[in-house]
Amino acid sequence: MVLTKTIDDVKFNAEGFMVDPKEWSPEIAAAIAEREGIQLTERHWAVINFARSEYDKNGEAPTLRSITKNSGVDTREMYALFPTGPAKLAAKLAGLGKPTGCI
Amino acid sequence: MSSNGKEAKPARKLCIIASKGSLDMAYPPLILANAARMSGIETHVFFTFWGLDVISKARMKKLHVATVGNPSMNAWGWHFPTVVGGIPGMSDFASVMMKKEIDKLGFPPVDEFMQILVDSGAKVYGCKMSMDMMKLTKDDLIEGAEVLGAMEFLEIADGAQIIFV
Repeated sequence: MVLTKTIDDVKFNAEGFMVDPKEWSPEIAAAIAEREGIQLTERHWAVINFARSEYDKNGEAPTLRSITKNSGVDTREMYALFPTGPAKLAAKLAGLGKPTGCI
Repeated sequence: MSSNGKEAKPARKLCIIASKGSLDMAYPPLILANAARMSGIETHVFFTFWGLDVISKARMKKLHVATVGNPSMNAWGWHFPTVVGGIPGMSDFASVMMKKEIDKLGFPPVDEFMQILVDSGAKVYGCKMSMDMMKLTKDDLIEGAEVLGAMEFLEIADGAQIIFV
């Protein structure tokens, strides 16, 4: 049996990004969202799930451009969903490191 | 709001003055403005003089690299002397090559980049004086761009970090 980790078992860096993306789970994403003051909707989940699948494929957080081109959530909606900064916030919720891409 | 304990800082605001219309120099202000918006920073970009080409519907897809009088014009480890850069078609050729490289890096063409910026909530302005001089009107600019005088821009820039490109 695998014990489910909670947000208290997970390590974060000083900026609030998860240190090990492998520790991520949807429950932890929900807990991070609560800490960030975000009410997660189905559309947030579309972005988070896309970021996770890109991470599984490429080993890194997708760029914002990649999200808006390929996830079905466009630029305007991304900014509406994550008004304090879509790139960082999406990566944070998906348990990935701070995105380093410039686009 | 955020978990990193930085909420006491006043909100950041960035104002960029984009004065260049060559393909290579169109990108720095757009990349900076987009990076600022991605980080949740309020962003204003003022396009003046040749920079107007970047938001002109008729010109934005036709920006070129200068191959003459450009001391940084290098490709494949070889410097383009001005005399070579002046051969007809050389600027077209260099511009096509640069567009390919930009695409390879995952950056959009200028027109798409401007759409992303407007959609991201960055404010985009055309300089009124430059537009009068070049006989441009608001209709010549991309959707979402406003026309602004220098004094009005400075009012907006009050308290902001300002970058001139």
